[in-house]
Amino acid sequence: MTSCLLNFPNINLNIAEPIDEFVRYININYGEVFVAAKKMLSIFINGINGALDMIPWWLMILLVVFATKKLMNSYRNGVIYGGLLFMIGACGYWHMMNETLAIVITAVIFSLLIGLPIGIALAAVRGADTIVRPILDAMQTMPTFVYMIPAVMLLGPGKVPAVLATVVYAVVPVIRLTSHGIRQVDQEVVEASRSFGSSSWQTLFKVQIPQALPTIMTGINQTMMMAVAMVVTCAMIGANGLGMEVLIAINRMESGRGIIAGFAIVIIAIIIDRLTQSLVQKEGK
Amino acid sequence: MQEKDTVLEVKNLYKLFGPYDFLDERKAAFKLLELGASRMDVMETTGIMAAISDVSFSVKRGELFVLIGLSGSGKSTIVRCLNMLHKPTKGEILIDGEDITKYNEKQLQELRRTKVSMVFQNGGLLSHRDVLGNVAYGLEVRGVGKEERENKAMEMINMVGLTGYEHEKLSSLSGGMKQRVGIARALANDPDILLMDEAFSALDPLVKNDLQFELLRIQERMGKTIVFITHDINEAFKLGNRVGILRDGRMVQIDTPEQMLANPADDYVKKFIHNVNTSKVFCVRNIMSTPSCIVKDSDGANTALTSMRANGVSSAYVVGDHMNFIGIVTLEGALAVRDGKKTFSEAIIRDVLQVNDLDAPVADIVPLAANAAFPLAVVDEEKVFRGIITKASVLSSFVA
Repeated sequence: MTSCLLNFPNINLNIAEPIDEFVRYININYGEVFVAAKKMLSIFINGINGALDMIPWWLMILLVVFATKKLMNSYRNGVIYGGLLFMIGACGYWHMMNETLAIVITAVIFSLLIGLPIGIALAAVRGADTIVRPILDAMQTMPTFVYMIPAVMLLGPGKVPAVLATVVYAVVPVIRLTSHGIRQVDQEVVEASRSFGSSSWQTLFKVQIPQALPTIMTGINQTMMMAVAMVVTCAMIGANGLGMEVLIAINRMESGRGIIAGFAIVIIAIIIDRLTQSLVQKEGK
Repeated sequence: MQEKDTVLEVKNLYKLFGPYDFLDERKAAFKLLELGASRMDVMETTGIMAAISDVSFSVKRGELFVLIGLSGSGKSTIVRCLNMLHKPTKGEILIDGEDITKYNEKQLQELRRTKVSMVFQNGGLLSHRDVLGNVAYGLEVRGVGKEERENKAMEMINMVGLTGYEHEKLSSLSGGMKQRVGIARALANDPDILLMDEAFSALDPLVKNDLQFELLRIQERMGKTIVFITHDINEAFKLGNRVGILRDGRMVQIDTPEQMLANPADDYVKKFIHNVNTSKVFCVRNIMSTPSCIVKDSDGANTALTSMRANGVSSAYVVGDHMNFIGIVTLEGALAVRDGKKTFSEAIIRDVLQVNDLDAPVADIVPLAANAAFPLAVVDEEKVFRGIITKASVLSSFVA
């Protein structure tokens, strides 16, 4: 009797098993759907990868330099970023960088396609926040490995489950900040728009979204950063690229190799971050 | 006859705020309000907030009607009912005889696009667009083509005195200029009725004065019907053809400024006017202004006409060689001279009321000003013309 108060009673609630069953059930009965989806996504990812590979290395570096000049109005930063990119190539990681970028770009595109409409809808529906917010919190704080298990089971190892897991993880900030941005648009401005006889769509596209754009852009920037951060984790389910290089280095205890591949990821992250940040600032002005 | 030129009529308007499922409480609140219960009592017994109760008024075409009240008196709620940004709980709002509270969404859109426009306290402007883009917004949502709407917008930008600023970002404009953009945007739709919700309240006094003047000029030129909301009695009396005073969501008195000064309906109105009244004592010198249009008697009718046209006024002050005051010549008078029906000397109206003491308190000249057909002429001991005193300046000095 007393042991029940001292130690947690042995209830043996088993939720894990039904979930396993469910995933297995889907896998068996709807396997073809996933195979088809996987094929389509693979084509998409490989297409982007191929396109990146087609851009000569010097052109890519020049593009970054000029984009920096245009957005940040600074040749100095442009030259630094260009130099850092050159270093990635010099260490022999150019091709891997493209592989990683292909995954990141695909994941970001899908995150935006899913996240922006959801964010807009959330802002429009009063009370939806109370339901969706805990879900978003859970999606963001759930250890990322957890997504990989069903992703791998349903899609098999490779880049496609990596993109899926990345989207689930990275879609959150764009949803959150889109809905937040739209909701915090000055009420008087929205009222003014309505007072001129705008329809709800006109108010949304001509007033609310443009006014919220700086915040939405911040969300997009965060989504990109989170997608980059996922690449190493995704290497565990067979996504090639810089993440895989880090993973191999860990397995073989090769510190140098790991650090250099890690730095390559950092460089990509910094360049993407700075460029999109300055885009935000430009929009905000 | 009054029916004919009444543009806007509000009949027994109520707006209650409170939980939507409080149906019984709402009924109880109506009953209490109809018996004349105060807002506080209704709030305590039913939990319903009566923002406006039993408000009725009508506005004639071309009239500038001012609603005044302290914050929380319901004036902003009323003005938002007039274009249905707030849905009234009960009552009728007739615009050109049609009850807009019964309009569906499509009809409301049409109403807002063509008949009623609004100017907001802080502008409600779109910071991601330039001045032109803001002014053209109303026409854009109506579906007017790019060229046409930009032409119309430019016209309005010129009218409010923002020529040359059309491609400026809003962040580079001052508060007064932003408010001009708001006015231009509202006028671009060519509405019959212009609603102005504390449009000048956030501006500093000098800019406010400019814009008030500008508004009167625009109204004179375009003949818009304006419903103007303010908490400043000075502004209300300066602008309003008629003024309605609100207290706790109820209309206390509707009258012309002169009538209201003479016969305040109750102590509240008296206090409203009086409170500010005693703060300063003005002399003639403080309130007189320089007329925009002065001609010499030797100049003749053509000069007078040109000068009137240039200044956009319908009368000119005639002075002699050493600025000594002679009289007033009106537009009709000057035209008669041009057509050879009169001599210039005959056209001058000489029996204009004059004030000789520059240091006389304003209170002394109120009876004079109230009955004068023209502004009073101020003339000093040497018979030199010093300025004029308009009815509006007398009234506003009373409450400044």
